[in-house]
Amino acid sequence: MNCRDALDLVHGYIDGELDLVKSLEIEQHLGACAACKVQYDQVRELGSGIRAHALYHAAPSALRARVAAALPREAGNGARKPAWAWWRMAAAMALFTLLGLGFGLALLRPGAEARLADEVLAGHVRSLMADHLMDVASSDQHTVKPWIAGKLDFSPPVMDFSAQGYALAGGRLDYLGERGVMALVYRRHGHVINLFVWPQAPEADSSVRSDTRQGYNMAHFTRAGMAFWAVSDLNPEEFNSFVGLVREQLASAR
Amino acid sequence: MPHLDAAYNLARWLTRNEHDAEDVVQEAYLRAFRFFDGFRGGEARAWLLAIVRNTCYSWLEKNRPAEVSAGFDEETPPGDGAGFDPDMMAAQGANPEAIALQNAHRRILNQAIAALPLGFREVLILRELEDLSYKEIARVVDVPVGTVMSRLARARKLLRQSAPLRAMSGLPAAEVKQ
Repeated sequence: MNCRDALDLVHGYIDGELDLVKSLEIEQHLGACAACKVQYDQVRELGSGIRAHALYHAAPSALRARVAAALPREAGNGARKPAWAWWRMAAAMALFTLLGLGFGLALLRPGAEARLADEVLAGHVRSLMADHLMDVASSDQHTVKPWIAGKLDFSPPVMDFSAQGYALAGGRLDYLGERGVMALVYRRHGHVINLFVWPQAPEADSSVRSDTRQGYNMAHFTRAGMAFWAVSDLNPEEFNSFVGLVREQLASAR
Repeated sequence: MPHLDAAYNLARWLTRNEHDAEDVVQEAYLRAFRFFDGFRGGEARAWLLAIVRNTCYSWLEKNRPAEVSAGFDEETPPGDGAGFDPDMMAAQGANPEAIALQNAHRRILNQAIAALPLGFREVLILRELEDLSYKEIARVVDVPVGTVMSRLARARKLLRQSAPLRAMSGLPAAEVKQ
């Protein structure tokens, strides 16, 4: 990839719009090219500046009343217009939004969540690609945990499930969602599971949300102020049972 | 009232005036209501924002035709946009000591966005404030997805080149690559 392409694609990369292959290419380029990295950082900084400081003009309540008043009048004259369809759609969407909030995902906007999922997946794929699966290779949780202690500003729960067939293989530092995170690595019949953990702003525990992206199974949930994202190419049954084990362990540790 | 905040926010940024934005939004909702039969499913918000956006354009063409084409040329290198005058904003952004730095930055940033040519302003607002995907933006603005990315790139370049913003943040100007 040359700089000209990179400077365009950097926007798609920041907006979470590139496919995995292009994302990895641009990451590689940014790692190697200091000039493009500077541009990338500045575009990112600008984006967070806009989101933090640009005015969002919410509709004045008078407008709400005005539009509401105008619509039924129009409906009365228009006779056969299906006014209820419009309002039913509105009600359905409101309900849908409320359900979404009920799952404890108020903090993550859909776009943000999709981008995070992409980052998690990219982190997983990269860990397998670049021969950098682990920083500390140990099946002993009492080795892994102290190793992490000096490197992150939080202490993630380190669990081993060898007895159930999901052996802890080690740990690694990774960078997701603009922060350093812990990646715990598990193995099951030669398949690798990455379990990413980082502190989440205090928020209600959420149930598991699962997804399949590019053939990988993904699941995430929040528990006791930590966000957990698991990703693997393991079959769905075993993957789900792994996620279940993690959740059971966390529940019993409380 | 579904998506009224998003509709008003877009109209407010495109018309740059509260009263005009209210008129446009009301008209857009009446149009949406009238053409609801034309709604073929998919993202309702993008569908509605497309109507708001088109209503804004009709309104601007009628009342302020100069703004519709001002400074918007996808081909010219960034910085050559007529009607986009960073110096004008520099004058307004003077005397930052008098106000809290944060407020000054906020005000200057908002002025710089408001000064962007219409075609760049709309993609930036839809992306950064409404968090729409490129596909949704393509639908609202009625251009191919690839054009959305290049317009966003241009919009961000123009913003970064705006003099007062640079002065505030200490950022160097975006490098112009040919």
